[in-house]
Amino acid sequence: MSKPLDLVQGTLDLLILKIVALQPLNGWAISLRLKQISGDVLQVSDGSLYPALHKLEQEGWITAEWRPSENNRRAKFYSLTRLGRKHLEKESANWDRLSAAISNIVKLKEA
Amino acid sequence: MRFEHWLYTVPLRLRYLFRRKQVDQELQDELQGHIEAQIAEDIAHGMSPEEARYAALRKIGGVTQIEEQCREARQVNYIQNFFQDLHYGLRQLRLNPGFAVLAVLCLTLGIGANAAVFSWIEGILLRPFPLVAHQERMVAIAGTKLSGDRGATGLARTDVSWLDWQDLQKSCKSFDVFIADRIMGITLNIGDRAERATGEVVSSNYFDALGIRPVLGRGFQPDEDSGRNSHPVTVMSYWMWKERFRGDPDIVGKPQLLNGVPHTIVGIAPPGFYGTFVGYPMDFWVPASMQETFVPGGYQLEDRSGQWVEGFARLKPGVTIDQAQQEVNVIAKGLEADYLATNRGHGIELFPLWKTPFNQAGNLEPTLKTTLAVVFLVLMIACANVSSLLLVRSLGRRHEMTVRMAVGARRGRLVRQLVTEGLILSTLAAGGGLLVAYWCRNALAPIFTPGAGIDVNLKGYMDWRVFAFSAAVCLISTLLFALVPAVQGSKVDIAASLKSESGTAFGSRGKSRVRSALVLVQVSLSFILLVGAVLLVQSVRKIRTADPGFSTNNVLMTRIDLIGAGYDVPRAKDFDDKLLDRAQSIRGVESAALVRVRPFGYIGYFTAPIAVDDYHPAPDEQPEAEYNQVSPSYFATMGIPILSGREFTRGDNETAAQVAIVNERMVTQYWHGKDPIGSRLLVKGKTLRVVGVAKQAKYQTFGEEPKAFFYVPLRQEFSIGANLILRTSQDAGSMSAVLTREFASLDAGIPMLEVVTTREFILRTALASQQIAVTLLGIFGTLAVLLAGVGLYGVMSYSVTQSKRELALRMALGARGQDVLQLVMSRGLALTAAGVCVGAVTALLLSRLIADLLYKVSPRNPWAFGTAFVVMIVASLAACFFPAWRASRTDPVQVLRS
Repeated sequence: MSKPLDLVQGTLDLLILKIVALQPLNGWAISLRLKQISGDVLQVSDGSLYPALHKLEQEGWITAEWRPSENNRRAKFYSLTRLGRKHLEKESANWDRLSAAISNIVKLKEA
Repeated sequence: MRFEHWLYTVPLRLRYLFRRKQVDQELQDELQGHIEAQIAEDIAHGMSPEEARYAALRKIGGVTQIEEQCREARQVNYIQNFFQDLHYGLRQLRLNPGFAVLAVLCLTLGIGANAAVFSWIEGILLRPFPLVAHQERMVAIAGTKLSGDRGATGLARTDVSWLDWQDLQKSCKSFDVFIADRIMGITLNIGDRAERATGEVVSSNYFDALGIRPVLGRGFQPDEDSGRNSHPVTVMSYWMWKERFRGDPDIVGKPQLLNGVPHTIVGIAPPGFYGTFVGYPMDFWVPASMQETFVPGGYQLEDRSGQWVEGFARLKPGVTIDQAQQEVNVIAKGLEADYLATNRGHGIELFPLWKTPFNQAGNLEPTLKTTLAVVFLVLMIACANVSSLLLVRSLGRRHEMTVRMAVGARRGRLVRQLVTEGLILSTLAAGGGLLVAYWCRNALAPIFTPGAGIDVNLKGYMDWRVFAFSAAVCLISTLLFALVPAVQGSKVDIAASLKSESGTAFGSRGKSRVRSALVLVQVSLSFILLVGAVLLVQSVRKIRTADPGFSTNNVLMTRIDLIGAGYDVPRAKDFDDKLLDRAQSIRGVESAALVRVRPFGYIGYFTAPIAVDDYHPAPDEQPEAEYNQVSPSYFATMGIPILSGREFTRGDNETAAQVAIVNERMVTQYWHGKDPIGSRLLVKGKTLRVVGVAKQAKYQTFGEEPKAFFYVPLRQEFSIGANLILRTSQDAGSMSAVLTREFASLDAGIPMLEVVTTREFILRTALASQQIAVTLLGIFGTLAVLLAGVGLYGVMSYSVTQSKRELALRMALGARGQDVLQLVMSRGLALTAAGVCVGAVTALLLSRLIADLLYKVSPRNPWAFGTAFVVMIVASLAACFFPAWRASRTDPVQVLRS
């Protein structure tokens, strides 16, 4: 692994990228989807969602455009870029390895 | 990948920077949208609208904080902050104009000095030839020969013969451009007046190869550098055309007498082109075919022993000077093998432009290098001063810093703010510095005085490199002077500071320590500069009083240009005789003589291969010696003692047996110290009889090793046009008037040149670069001491103010004013003494650097160190006295009560 992962920050980014990868969504919808998917396991406050979105946009992984939402208000919709897709693939692979490694360790039977 | 990244991010950032309001508005809208969606959902779940609004706001947390976090994610904050700091810093400076002006002046001095010296280096050493392309690839080409004396390198410098030059040009693959040139003095006749000008004899490709397009007419054509005197054409400088010919638009094709030969003016060089000789501007160029008319020594285009060509070549891209030198060495070896008779021991050496041995570049290089080091020291001293000022000011702004930290500014942010303020100062100063450099671009010329009436061309050159250099100096100095005060100033103990408000402060001890350290640095740097200045002054004094081995004070000299006036040999001989007779009959003249080459002049002596009966040279050695042609009574006139034998007489003429006078070194080297009177000396195949031994003298420089040298009678190896030397107690001015009359009555067509004492003539060469070094180091040394004095004064008066209570207490307890005076003075002196010690050690390590510039003065000369020490102590006494005196007048009652 090239560098240690910032677990919490990295995880939130990964989740957002994954959610946006499925379809372009606005901030509110992303926050709903986060809760919906992860149930109560992950507590993501809306306060940290928006800075994270801005950071991902800044990195060029997602891109935003303003367009009408379902209730006909203008909202900022985020979608994944080509760069973002690559990053997502890389990060998911990293995540798989990391979680596999950790679960292996956790499942070690005590002698 | 990288590009794709930019595709997304660059427009975003630009938008953040230039559409900030809109972006912020969008951010608000986005968050607002989120909140409203939340409210809508909660209402749908049965909350009242009021309840839902509160719940939504609670849930999202501080909207302002989120906005700020999002803004930080944009990563352009630092740019916005920078502009904020800039704005704020400018306001601070406007509030405090006295400080700003003082600081900017100090820095302007430092940066300006650096920019000026760098522009000189650029214009004199690195890119000395305006309008010529790719000068960074140009190299100077000079000849070398194995020296008979086998000095340190065993090699002496010569020029290259025309034939060797052409062979080199033909076979050498390392260069894409080859030009030959040779500086020459010209007599030109405009109307019925004869004037002097300077020019170059050049190869015919000169203008084309350098990429110089004449503004009128043409350059030279390829065939114009062959055929003896067959192409009398000339290209004139723009300046000459404008000034002397009033910009005559029909000048091309007109004839002009140069050295008595009518030349056709074929072109006018573009403005700003001064030729390829560092030091003097050129007025005329003639093709090499005209060599005989301008270069002394007869026709030399078909003679490999006639070495007169100096020149330049341009390396092909990617070829290093070492690689080229290796190729040139092979070719020179080949030439030596093919033409052993003329080329034995001869080589060809390449020099980078800044080391060109045959113009002023080589002379000035060590001086300018030293000067660059010196101005860097001045910059450091200036920085230390500004740093000190900033520290004082940071005390005044402690409250501001405390408040800013208390409301949450991070320390890094404060440091950045303070450094930005420093950057404003240094940017202003850099602007001022460039102006200073621009004003000073011609400042070297007046210091460098080759003699009256000679134009000097030593210009600084301002190009983008000078600007880049100044910008770099500006940034470095900002870090030097602003960082320490910024770090110190932002070191604030919030609680303590707020509590005690503006009383005497914590942390001030640390600051005064830093300031003392700065003063220490200043004192030591100034000390180094002073030592350098004193060393150079001593060296110049040594040179001024040095004994060249001939009289210098009662001997006057002037040049007679008979070649320029179109004389042939019989006429010239006749003229010489008449001139000597007339000169000797002038009242107050003890004796008069003629000599071909004046000692210490630019024109070199001839060198000849020699052989002596009892001397058996090593197999690869070709004994050679330099010689000069002199008239009868030369030795008496110059005051060179004849140790044995006799001086030349009128009897030593064309029909008499050929004779020579040798110097002491020659006797020890070739006759093993035995008296050589009567023995044979073979010179270039001719047999000369030694008739006298002359005392050893200096021939070219004061620093030269004693070299083998001999003299022959002018009549036995005649040269048209020589120098007249008079032994007289009259001064040069009145003699000049008399001589002008005598010349005019002999021939009005001969220009009267400057009459100088021998002392002055040799000092011009000997002091040329020293004078510049002394003047510059003197100026900068004085400035440095002044700056250091101001720094010391600042620290002392500040610490007196700070310790007012302590001093008052001492006085209340019975100390007298005198004791306090002593206390403060001794503290200042201790600081100075420490600085001087550091400076002395550093100077001992550094002074080797100026050893090149010193004549008979050790770089560790105790007098220099002593003088610098005394000056420093006196300066610091002066700087400390006022604060100390003020301290001694402290009124204890008043101070303690307040």
